Amino acid sequence: MLGLNKKDLKLLLIVAVLAILAPFILNPFPEDSAMAQFNAGYPDLMQRFVIFGIFAIGFNILFGLTGYLSFGHAAFLGVGSYAAIWMMKLLTMNVIPAIMLSVLFAGLFSLIVGWISLRRSGIYFAILTLAFAQMSYSLAYSVLTPITGGETGLQPKVTDPRILDGTLPQGETARANIFGLEMNSSYDLIVGGWLFTFNVGYYIAAIAMLASFYVAIRIFRSPFGTMLRAVKSNQTRMYYTGLNAKPYTLAAFVISGMYAGLAGGLLVAMDTQAGAERMFWTASGEVVLMTILGGAGTLIGPVLGAGLIKYMENILSKINKDILHQWFAFLPDGLEDFIITIVYPFIGKGWHLTLGLIFMGVVIFLPGGLVEGGQRIARLFRGKKAKESDSDKSTQSTPAE
Amino acid sequence: MEAIILQILNGLDKGSAYALIALGLTLIFGTLGVVNFAHGALFMIGAFCAVTLSRILTASRTVIDETKTDFLGNPLKVDVPHVYDWFGEAAGATIIDWAVPLSILFAIPVMMLIGLIMERGLIKHFYSRPHADQILVTFGLAIVLQEIIKYFYGANPIPTPAPDAFRGSFDFGAALGFDPNVIIYPYWRLVYFAFAAVIIGAVFAFLQFTTFGMVVRAGMADRETVGLLGIDIDKRFTLMFGLAAAVAGLAGVMYAPINSPNYHMGMDFLVLSFVVVVVGGMGSLPGAVAAGFLLGILESFASMGAVLEVLPGINQIIIYLVAIIILLTRPRGLMGRKGVMEE
Amino acid sequence: MSKTNLTRRGVLKTSAIAGAGLAVPTIFTASSASAFTNEPMGSTVTLGFNVPQSGPYADEGADELRAYELAVEHLNGGGDGGMMNTFSSKELQGNGILGKKVEYVTGDTQTKSDAARASAKSMIEKDGAIMITGGSSSGVAVAVQALCQEAGVIFMAGLTHSNDTTGKDRKANGFRHFFNSYMSGAALAPVLAAEYGTDRKAYHLTADYNWGYTTEEAVRASTEALGWETVNAVKTPLTATDFSAYITPVLQSGADTLVLNHYGGNMVNSLTNAVQFGLRDKQVNGKDFQIVVPLYSRLMARGAGANVKGIFGSTNWHWSLQDEGSKAFVKSFGEKYGFPPSQAAHTTYVQTLLYADAVQRAGSFAPCAVAEALEDYEFDGLGNGPTLYRADDHQCFKDVLVVKGKENPQSEFDLLEIVEVTPVEQVTYPPDHPQMGGADATLGTCNNGA
Repeated sequence: MLGLNKKDLKLLLIVAVLAILAPFILNPFPEDSAMAQFNAGYPDLMQRFVIFGIFAIGFNILFGLTGYLSFGHAAFLGVGSYAAIWMMKLLTMNVIPAIMLSVLFAGLFSLIVGWISLRRSGIYFAILTLAFAQMSYSLAYSVLTPITGGETGLQPKVTDPRILDGTLPQGETARANIFGLEMNSSYDLIVGGWLFTFNVGYYIAAIAMLASFYVAIRIFRSPFGTMLRAVKSNQTRMYYTGLNAKPYTLAAFVISGMYAGLAGGLLVAMDTQAGAERMFWTASGEVVLMTILGGAGTLIGPVLGAGLIKYMENILSKINKDILHQWFAFLPDGLEDFIITIVYPFIGKGWHLTLGLIFMGVVIFLPGGLVEGGQRIARLFRGKKAKESDSDKSTQSTPAE
Repeated sequence: MEAIILQILNGLDKGSAYALIALGLTLIFGTLGVVNFAHGALFMIGAFCAVTLSRILTASRTVIDETKTDFLGNPLKVDVPHVYDWFGEAAGATIIDWAVPLSILFAIPVMMLIGLIMERGLIKHFYSRPHADQILVTFGLAIVLQEIIKYFYGANPIPTPAPDAFRGSFDFGAALGFDPNVIIYPYWRLVYFAFAAVIIGAVFAFLQFTTFGMVVRAGMADRETVGLLGIDIDKRFTLMFGLAAAVAGLAGVMYAPINSPNYHMGMDFLVLSFVVVVVGGMGSLPGAVAAGFLLGILESFASMGAVLEVLPGINQIIIYLVAIIILLTRPRGLMGRKGVMEE
Repeated sequence: MSKTNLTRRGVLKTSAIAGAGLAVPTIFTASSASAFTNEPMGSTVTLGFNVPQSGPYADEGADELRAYELAVEHLNGGGDGGMMNTFSSKELQGNGILGKKVEYVTGDTQTKSDAARASAKSMIEKDGAIMITGGSSSGVAVAVQALCQEAGVIFMAGLTHSNDTTGKDRKANGFRHFFNSYMSGAALAPVLAAEYGTDRKAYHLTADYNWGYTTEEAVRASTEALGWETVNAVKTPLTATDFSAYITPVLQSGADTLVLNHYGGNMVNSLTNAVQFGLRDKQVNGKDFQIVVPLYSRLMARGAGANVKGIFGSTNWHWSLQDEGSKAFVKSFGEKYGFPPSQAAHTTYVQTLLYADAVQRAGSFAPCAVAEALEDYEFDGLGNGPTLYRADDHQCFKDVLVVKGKENPQSEFDLLEIVEVTPVEQVTYPPDHPQMGGADATLGTCNNGA
């Protein structure tokens, strides 16, 4: 079905079910329990999960398949964002044209950058992409302020033209919508102590993510994908067989740039704001982290990695000392203070430290990322019985890196 | 004319910081084949060695001064450094004043130790792993190191002044026959330049003229053969990692008075120093030094008002622009060897 | 330790417990049953404190957070009450806001507008925050202010000095107590003219982003009006750490004054560099060379150490002020934390109190009611003398402090001394001033959400 083999179809269906049921899965704790702090099922974070999932899936098509490590992918996300916000300011608050234009612009920009950068490989390629991204960031922050809004970025204003929308009624603010259905409208479902939020924007982004995921599977399984893997394993041999690798890698580069543009456009659609720091090199580094953390070269890995990093950024960073005191209030005073002293450096404002440690741990012990971790655990559970049949399965799904 | 001389001075000064960091970075790459993203963090830790030593030297006992009051109206607590008690007030003040140069002695063993621990504890396990993994694990380490420093020292910059003897600036103009006051340059920055020259010279001399250095160079060229000759090249390479860490640390110590150290200063230099190494050619020591000075000088010229009027924003992107041009026209950088890191 | 965490969502649950499985349509998670976004239904109200906890402004953010915690303690009747005792309005009783106990959630802006908006959205969507406050840069303030306008909650800006926040980017749901670039220029210029004469030649180094532009514009306009000449103005990259290449041309230009339109780490480094180059020991045009820093932050100035001595600048507030309000605040902050508060801490504490008081006076948490209560509100006793929250642009008008780096500091906190308290009349401008976005700038209409 859909041109997929049974195993891939199963994976796609699992991801689809997870995406549809995300509001339930991410809100496992009742609202007034102390654990509600760990609930992630609110619209903004759910949107970020799938959007950065798209970004990482796209990055993985380049890095996971061809092995080219780009350190400037955030630039395409930024260009996509700016294209989308200008579309909203000039044409309409409907997100469809904005997203289409953001993919287009990011694709064009990545074509230029890719065409130049792919003349080199290895770390030279990484530095070239980094240089382009840093130039984009610096210029967007300063000289290009009239176009990019500089430090403050761009937001829709009441006074924008919005040719297709006509003037707003007095007192209304411009909101991103899809044919009148607003991105930030939600349904709350209350079941006992639980509350689940179903948000329009989230489902739009989730559909985009599923489509991106499907396309990624098709690319992974296509002759084109095989060619890209060949680039990674031995480019010289490809030349000897009379194949020029460049068109293939450039195509992969542009596709992953368009994925980044799609993510940028969706970010603007969900939260109408575009700023230059999206293009800073640490943002490019973040998508590398996501991909490796989840498992480069695997299909589902990048999505998992994106989820983990965004979860930490948004949930872990919000835990402050008071909340810790609430949690450990049942302990005797001395012990309570002692435990809080130990835990506190790693959460709240120390969340970067935890991120760094987890990241090192994964790179050291799980070179295949979270996916490899999952496989190891699964193998442990299945035990010896399934060992033989499992061994060839795992070689099949071993990450390409 | 004066403007050009000044910007060349600026470029040399900036370039000496770039060159020192890039030298260590390329030393590690050339010997161990490891791409070390934590190198900026080593520079930062070097600067914090200076901060730490001046904190140790100013460790104090508290005396309550009844004649003055603090902001809440309580009697003012005055800190009297212990060194005042031990050496007398005048000598003690001089010791504290010279904290930064003294930190050089403090930083060398500390940085060597950190370098050795890093290599033995972590980097060693990554020799056979892909470069991407090395970049990632050292990047993770850099985050951890800077967060640890932030935990203990806070996020704000910490002033770490140079000794009083180096305050003020030298008037080149008067010395060279130009108008006075036009070409002036701070003494400490001149010291930094001289210091960088000495360190770079020492590293080259060490590699060139000692047996140890000769073996290391041989190992850089052909690790396997040297190993087959029965030489324990790994041990020497480990020491080279310690040396590279010490070079980065010393660059940081001496940089502390120029810009007050803060926990993210390493990241600020990291990207730049990588560009420098790549422009110079991966694994080439003279290339790293040359590229450091070249980019420093170009950056200074791009910051001139006259240039900015013609090309607004050029000061923000000049380094990257140069990097792109050089990498496209000279694929291996200025002095890179063929086949290094191109796979 | 207090043991409740009853958020709006928790309350929503208790109120609708009978209809398990009930679906409630909402816009921006405001239940249709409530009149405005995140209307507090239970016995508590949640405020969102969104400050930089990582990145270069983390220490400033930490100080803001301390002030917020202090304000919450005072609002709930704890501590010594701080400035609630000196505040001209006596509405606040120490029993929370409108009888509801004040709770709070915190987030990390990372000094990035994206991260700041993500964190503010999570406070609004997940924690049911009724008001968002904080921040340590104008980019973040403008971005979060726009978000709050859209979501229908009140935004009480923290430290943001750019004209744009209440100028061209002003919003009906956003309020700023902190002063701005225009006020810095207007307050500084006369003092500089009196101190250094009216025939100075100034050289500007300007951080290359919005705040830098507005500050340069303001300082140039006010000093040129008094006879100064601007020789040159050069933009420096935000990411610059070494300013030597920008400072060396200064002496050749014939300028005798250097204006550093830099903040935070940029300010620390450019000032340190300028002093290193010995600019202040030089004589140009027969006058001593001088350096000016339009916006001072004591917290960041510490990073420049002895280099700040004798250098003029402006600040929103300083702990050495001797009015009753400042004294009360410094006392309760100092006793709780052991050191004096920064201007960032002061402005955030005051903003929290002002918000609470406005709710109390309006008798409602509805953003439009609160906004109405704040508009053209005159108050006193919060440390800056009589102050007006102007209705036209939601900017506070109050005295501005001109300060100078102290020659003989007694402690590590004693860095600045107050040179002059510039009266509010001198820094007031019309709402359609060209530096403030001109006639096009509009607040829009207030948004209750829902």
